[in-house]
Amino acid sequence: MATGAAHLSSSKLNLGLLRDFYRREFLECIDKCLGTKAIVWDDGLTGPFGLIAEYSLLKDHEVEKMFPLRTGSLPPSNVQNIVFLTRPRLELMEKIAQNLHHEETKGGYKKEFHLIFVPRKSLLCERKLKEKGVYGSFSTVEEFNMTLIPFDADLLSMEMNDAFKECYLENDFTSMYYAAQSLMTLQALYGTIQYIHGKGDCAKQVVDMMRRMRDEMGGREPQVLPQIDTLLILDRTVDLLTPLLYQLTYEGLIDEIFGINNTSIKLPAERLGPQPSQEGVESKKVILNSADTLFAELRDKNFNAVGSIVSKKAKLITAEFGERHAAKTIGEMKQFVSKLPHLQATRQSLATHTSIAELVKECTDADDFIDALRCQQEFINGLETDKVHPLVEECIAKSEKLSKVLRLICIQSICNDGLKPKVMDFYKREIIQTYGFEHIVTLNNLEKVGMLRPHGARTYQVIRKSLKLIVEEVNEQNPTDIAYVYSGYAPLSVRLAQYLARPGWRSITEVLNLLPGPKVEEVQQIPAALRKRRSSISSSQSSTGEQKLTLIFFLGGVTFAEIAALRFLAQQDDGGTDYVVATTNLMSGERMMDHLAQNVETVTLNPF
Amino acid sequence: MATADWNPLGETYYRKCEIYSMEWAGLVDLSKFTVAAAAYGGPIALLKDENKLNRGATTNIKPVVSVYNAAGRLLSQIRWSSGRIMKMGWTIMEDLLFVQDDGVVLVYDMFLGFKRTFSMGQEAKDVKILDARIFTSFQGTGVAVMTTSFRIFLITNTESPRIIRLAEVPDLNAVPNCWDIVVMDRQVRALVGKGSELYIVDQGGQYQKQDPKTEKEEIGDYLDLAVSFNNKFVVLFTGKGHIWMGSSDLLNCFGEFETKTAAKPQQLAWCGNGAVVALWDRFLLVVGPQKYWIKFNFECPVYLLPEVDGLRIIGNEQHEFLQRVPPVTEQIFKIGSMEPGAMLYEANREYQKQHQKADEYLRMIKERLDVAVNQCIQAAGHEFEASKQKQLLRAASFGKCFLTDFRPESFVNMSQMLRVLNQVRHHTVGIPLTYTQLEHLSMPVLIDRLVLRKLFGLAILICQYLKIPDAEGQSRIMAHWACYKVQQKHVDEEQLARVISQKLLERPGVSFSEIASVALEHGRRQLAVKLLDYEPRASEQVPLLLKMGQLQPSLNKAIESGDTDLVYTVLLHLRDNQEPSQFYMMIHTMPIAFSLFIQYCRHQNLVLVEKMWEQEDNQAEIAYTKIVRSYGEDTMDIRTKILEESSHCFHRVGNIFAEKQVEEQIKLLKHQRKLEDEMGLSFVDMSLQQTLHKLTLEGAHMAADKLRKEFKVPDKRWWWMRAMALAESGDWAELEKFSKSKKPPIGMEAFVDVCMKHHNKQEALKYLSRVLPDHKVKALVKVGQLREAAEQAAENKNEDELIYVLGKVKVADKQLADNIRQKIEQLGSRR
Repeated sequence: MATGAAHLSSSKLNLGLLRDFYRREFLECIDKCLGTKAIVWDDGLTGPFGLIAEYSLLKDHEVEKMFPLRTGSLPPSNVQNIVFLTRPRLELMEKIAQNLHHEETKGGYKKEFHLIFVPRKSLLCERKLKEKGVYGSFSTVEEFNMTLIPFDADLLSMEMNDAFKECYLENDFTSMYYAAQSLMTLQALYGTIQYIHGKGDCAKQVVDMMRRMRDEMGGREPQVLPQIDTLLILDRTVDLLTPLLYQLTYEGLIDEIFGINNTSIKLPAERLGPQPSQEGVESKKVILNSADTLFAELRDKNFNAVGSIVSKKAKLITAEFGERHAAKTIGEMKQFVSKLPHLQATRQSLATHTSIAELVKECTDADDFIDALRCQQEFINGLETDKVHPLVEECIAKSEKLSKVLRLICIQSICNDGLKPKVMDFYKREIIQTYGFEHIVTLNNLEKVGMLRPHGARTYQVIRKSLKLIVEEVNEQNPTDIAYVYSGYAPLSVRLAQYLARPGWRSITEVLNLLPGPKVEEVQQIPAALRKRRSSISSSQSSTGEQKLTLIFFLGGVTFAEIAALRFLAQQDDGGTDYVVATTNLMSGERMMDHLAQNVETVTLNPF
Repeated sequence: MATADWNPLGETYYRKCEIYSMEWAGLVDLSKFTVAAAAYGGPIALLKDENKLNRGATTNIKPVVSVYNAAGRLLSQIRWSSGRIMKMGWTIMEDLLFVQDDGVVLVYDMFLGFKRTFSMGQEAKDVKILDARIFTSFQGTGVAVMTTSFRIFLITNTESPRIIRLAEVPDLNAVPNCWDIVVMDRQVRALVGKGSELYIVDQGGQYQKQDPKTEKEEIGDYLDLAVSFNNKFVVLFTGKGHIWMGSSDLLNCFGEFETKTAAKPQQLAWCGNGAVVALWDRFLLVVGPQKYWIKFNFECPVYLLPEVDGLRIIGNEQHEFLQRVPPVTEQIFKIGSMEPGAMLYEANREYQKQHQKADEYLRMIKERLDVAVNQCIQAAGHEFEASKQKQLLRAASFGKCFLTDFRPESFVNMSQMLRVLNQVRHHTVGIPLTYTQLEHLSMPVLIDRLVLRKLFGLAILICQYLKIPDAEGQSRIMAHWACYKVQQKHVDEEQLARVISQKLLERPGVSFSEIASVALEHGRRQLAVKLLDYEPRASEQVPLLLKMGQLQPSLNKAIESGDTDLVYTVLLHLRDNQEPSQFYMMIHTMPIAFSLFIQYCRHQNLVLVEKMWEQEDNQAEIAYTKIVRSYGEDTMDIRTKILEESSHCFHRVGNIFAEKQVEEQIKLLKHQRKLEDEMGLSFVDMSLQQTLHKLTLEGAHMAADKLRKEFKVPDKRWWWMRAMALAESGDWAELEKFSKSKKPPIGMEAFVDVCMKHHNKQEALKYLSRVLPDHKVKALVKVGQLREAAEQAAENKNEDELIYVLGKVKVADKQLADNIRQKIEQLGSRR
């Protein structure tokens, strides 16, 4: 097992395998250029690659320098090779071309240039480089096919933040092609997945592409014992409501407030307890994954339950430290000392999470958060949705964050099955006058993807009732239903997964028909030799038999709260299946709005 | 007797056995032909040599070239129509090479289909060549030529000819008696015999004179020389009838022999690595290292071909194989052998006769039975006759019965290999491979050679028999078959497509695009299109479709695949090769292609995007694109002009709301521009609200009010903006005035809010008294008067408010907290 990734192999599906696979491929890729090298990183890749290969490993492979990809010229270095690692994006090609031009005019020691596209080469990018006259300067142009990055023991992400926008707004399904490819990679490692279910246009596209790719392989099926039983592919458009709401789990709130980026967050250093922090460092990076056992326990809890757990833990650890006074004999002492590193780590983590929880609590206790949350709750309960809501009006008047305002309006639109023309025009005009005229395009974008729409057929109430989306009396400490992640609202997407596992989608056919996009069902044949031997009925062990495993792929993003809900389901005795989550990206309502908003680069007007 | 055809040569034995009686018997007289046969049981090419018939008399009759398989079955025949052939020979890929006197080399396949040609260089062309050699190099097959100026040029690989010139032999003024090529350690050298001197010349420009150590004082001129199959040994023949055998660097001598004849042999060759043969007309001499010798007489002229483990002797009637009796065979069959294998073989024979001696023999080798079994298995491999193979295998199988833990693989493998060997040795196939040769050649290559001979059926049967995976076996052969099929011009295309698809569709991993591209090469376009339709891999299919000009299908397939890059490949090809109108028409009906092209345009230039939408007459999209584009213009006039166009577009689709918004934006821009002129501050690109805010901060209340009226700003927003801006600028007097101007629609608590936001408690308190009771608790909390807030909440009899206040109480203030809890209890009890 590779270093620093033990937590990946702890679940039912050993994702460490995938990480090792990528590591091997990557090292093979950079080993192709001989001698010392510097890697120039596309910013969007540093995070994901940090999860795959640590710097010390790269050092072993003669990587001496690392630079971020910037315009202008490269910092000086005396390496033999310069390797550009980039996503296939045209704007990045500009930067690479500039770098090369500068390097070439510099002269001096001759370097070799290499280009590695992640995850695939692109014709347009290569053309761009040719137009700029630098394509010929590369000794090699390769691709490194890393699409799904293992984030945690049960979580994979493609980290394509634009996927939602590209697919649903711009009709560019490139990311779906990557998604299908990544599913093929997964099947090569973990065996063919027998049952495929999907809902939504993109889900259908992905399933179609997978079928084609299977055909293209020409019978060279992976000869691996299938470890995943079911694949569920969901379009984000099937459930646009959930990501708009405030996530109320611990991890979800951290994401809402600080924004989790590749499993890590940056926090103000002075708030992180009395640890020795260097002078001048304003923010500190905290890594959030299940390697931290305390975080593993806290992450999926409703935030209201976090306080009691943290204090319980604190008492426990104080007691354990107290044991040293009780230790009399050398043997007892030795036992205590052996526990010490673990205890210290736990205490450190406890301190960190206490600080984080305090920071989160400051935000959740603030009036504007409470007011907005109340407003959201009203909307999803179908209250006050048909007229201009005073809170929305006030938020606009006070020029609060545009993303917050848009989220509220979109929630209202979805819960009211569209807005009345008068309400809609009022909101639009308010937004344009307050936040700027360019947002006429933003509003148009929201309409295109269906988050904002004119009044139409009434479906929300039916869906809400038949899928029991609203749950009264949620126990936030010891939940009995997934609705705890939004304190009373059960995410529609996860409900669909829940119904699929038990009793099956046939029971909710009518609701499914109300949701947008086609339903997909497919069975992939598995060679007889690789089929799981189901224990016979007579065998007494069958009752304790292994649990099934479902891979659920969110096209267009998933929130931490939804993941929490799925983990909750997997822990239930009657859940019937374990879950591994894959997604194009990890999203929050805020990030979704930021992506859909039209940002214009304005040119300063000529004063004459 | 098994040893009947064994001839002793010192301590070893040589045997000569017939492998075929030639089908050409009676039709072909080898003395009239130049012969070239390919190693590893390859085919035989005959060139009718008119010169051999009428010496000296030059005729203009073009010679005939025929190719036979090793059993003498005619494969093909053509009349030669190119230049004078100096040398003929085979490559390891079983292509036939003809070296012409002008240094041009022509490459033909086994069925004499022309493949390609290349030249051995300008000098060879100018001065002509004297002689040529075809040899096996480390890279493939090489060709060496000697020009009339006695220079040697060579290439090491006929697949990618790169001409190398060797060093010159000093003072070479006449045709050398003999020369040949030696390949050692990735170096190609030539060995040239000039009179009584011997030279090695290499590609680095070096020459070395060689003096092979010999026991004789004088051995005379070097007349002939030959290099062994593995390039490790050399044999020299001198004018005094002396044969010298040694290593190819001429440093070590293995043996010498006096033939007592000065006549140069017609052929000099190695038989394996242990003996040398020399042929004079019908007399063949085999010479071993220790001066031992054997002689054979033939009734007709023969041709000798060295193989890795022996020598093939091709005659008019017969095709024979001369080899050293393999040691394991010797161990079993040598008279009086006491080897375990020999005993086991005897035991089995007795057992067949149901004789008790079987047991006696077995007892003798009890301890070494496993050795015996292995010997019998190995020996079976070296037999040509099926009956002998069977006997040996039976013996092995018999011995196996007495062994408990003998691994069966070697037995099974040998049985399988022999079955395959016997099949390919059959005279209709005509590949007389020995087991040793097959080991060198490897099974995949043998299957390739069957495919080359178009024996697809046999190749497939062998693959099935050996359970070779489909991708490397059957599917690949089928694909070759299909490639061959599409070249059959006489068969109808429709029918061909049907036949091919029937056979191949169920086969996984067949590349239809490869077959299609062969069809295309042979000018069968329709067939190619049909076949290509079966190709599952879009990345292979689409480029070929484009090449064939199948534009619409290529676009369809690219889109179906979902591979964006492929779609772009087609789109850009279409755009570059078609009229714009045609191009638009084509992608008009394909939303995905259209969207992707829009994406492409967006990166290039927004004007292009607009043009595309114009083609679609999508006014709304044009309008939005124009709006985004307007921000990139740096002159007011152009910006307003684009916005006006945009508003017209909205008008056309009846989007009155958007139309109005654009018009208002134009109006706002104009106001902002005017304000900039008047105040010397920048306003453009601010929203209306930001503009008002800035104006208020600057104290330009009149201007702000004017804009408010013009743009009909709702009261609430106006009040919030103004209160916030006034508090920000610290204009507390104006703020108070504002609060009294009329009843604030945002409530008096907003004023408390904005004051506290700028930490002015003093001012905040001014407004507190005017806050309505409903909002008072929160306002009190905001200014930090928690006790009063609690009182107010109790007065309001509102439990929620009490809890809210309790939440804000600091932990230290225990008294207040208890107080509030008490109040909550009171409320609860009263109910």
